Amino acid sequence: MSDIAHAFAAAFGLIVTRDPGLLEIVLLSLRVSVTAVALASLIGLPLGAAVALFRFPGRRAVAVLLSALMGLPPVVVGLIVYLLLSRSGPFGVLGLLFTPLAMIVAQTVLIAPIVAALARQVVEDLWVEYSEQLRSLGATPGGAIWTLLWDGRFSLVTAVLAGFGRASAEVGAVMIVGGNIDHVTRVMTTAIALETSKGDLPLALGLGLILITLSLIVNGAAFVLRDATRGHR
Amino acid sequence: MASGTILPLQLDDLAFEAVGKRLIDGISLTIGGGPRTIILGPNGAGKSLLLRLCHGLLQPAAGTIRWRGPGAAGNGRRQAMVFQHPVMLRRSAAANIDYALRLKRIPRTLRRARIREVLDDTGLSDLAHRPARTLSIGEQQRLALARAWAAAPEVLFLDEPTANLDPSATRAIEDVIAAIDLSGTKIVMTTHDLGQARRLADEIVFLHRGRLLEQRPAVEFFARPLTAEAAAFIEGKLLW
Repeated sequence: MSDIAHAFAAAFGLIVTRDPGLLEIVLLSLRVSVTAVALASLIGLPLGAAVALFRFPGRRAVAVLLSALMGLPPVVVGLIVYLLLSRSGPFGVLGLLFTPLAMIVAQTVLIAPIVAALARQVVEDLWVEYSEQLRSLGATPGGAIWTLLWDGRFSLVTAVLAGFGRASAEVGAVMIVGGNIDHVTRVMTTAIALETSKGDLPLALGLGLILITLSLIVNGAAFVLRDATRGHR
Repeated sequence: MASGTILPLQLDDLAFEAVGKRLIDGISLTIGGGPRTIILGPNGAGKSLLLRLCHGLLQPAAGTIRWRGPGAAGNGRRQAMVFQHPVMLRRSAAANIDYALRLKRIPRTLRRARIREVLDDTGLSDLAHRPARTLSIGEQQRLALARAWAAAPEVLFLDEPTANLDPSATRAIEDVIAAIDLSGTKIVMTTHDLGQARRLADEIVFLHRGRLLEQRPAVEFFARPLTAEAAAFIEGKLLW
């Protein structure tokens, strides 16, 4: 019992004193996950909207596939990206393996389907309401994509936050393609896994507390945003 | 602006079906320029469907819809529609109009002046920068009229634009419709409200159960209806 209390005290100490080692890990985590979310949104939002709006053969199948990909196991994504980026892989010449960029790629692959699947749902619901009006005004399906993404912006923030939550919490993918190298590719989740197995509980706990706080802040922001925009609906 | 009128609009033996039921059947008529055409009939007569077919939002099961005027090739850009439940985009009132003008490829330099003008004509100038969805239902309907009117369409279809409004809001909408008519836009409007039809119609198209029963000048229609259904409707009897 006192071990745990001691570990908590030490963890708070690390946070309060802004321990440089801890800070470095937190900042890298944020850099990787935020960049991955930005890229995944760039890909996933238009993709989801396109699947919602365009009528093409196999559209249902694509929608089902997107939903299925939401549950991609991070370790499998890590493995696939590892194979693609490894020396003998097709993108081996780029030398990206065990760099933050490789981690960004892996997380983007992991969460782009989440953003796309949630965006498809939002845009499809909006299209039911907007379809006749937009066609009457002369909008093409291609143009309607941007209109609906913009008008669905408040709901779509939730999709993006869901992607961020998933990215910042996963261990498997960044562990495999990043390698958890100190000062290079060590992020919060991989550090927690390593420090726990090494027995350095204060650092692991400190990072864990930050991770949970981050998740609370992100979800709280989503709530505040939704309430603030209720008047505009 | 393209040259030449897109009117008249000619429908030949038009039919529309949904889930195996024939909801519009054998409608042939011609809508010309000039006077206001009111499509009148009880609920379920097929008025809204006919309007959507004319506007190109629905495809007919049989028959043809043809714009016969010399400028008919560009008809899509020169018609507009206002719905019973208009959809306001989640942006300001002015931006809603700007959106419609952009789709009609009106250059930016002309758009600003036109937005100001049309907001002024619909009495919405003070609300230009308010989010459109926070406006009252009556104001939203006026904004829908402004948005449809902004690009100066040759034909404006209106689907029961006052069905959900109280008398004062209805009055405001009817005033705007009169102004649009004066500006030279052809009005084609549905209503099931007899009083409104009397106030606004120059020409009546009377529908009942998906069929065209009468198309005549309003004065004649109200004075001497030719069909028993029209006579009953004018007398205020329940018709279905």
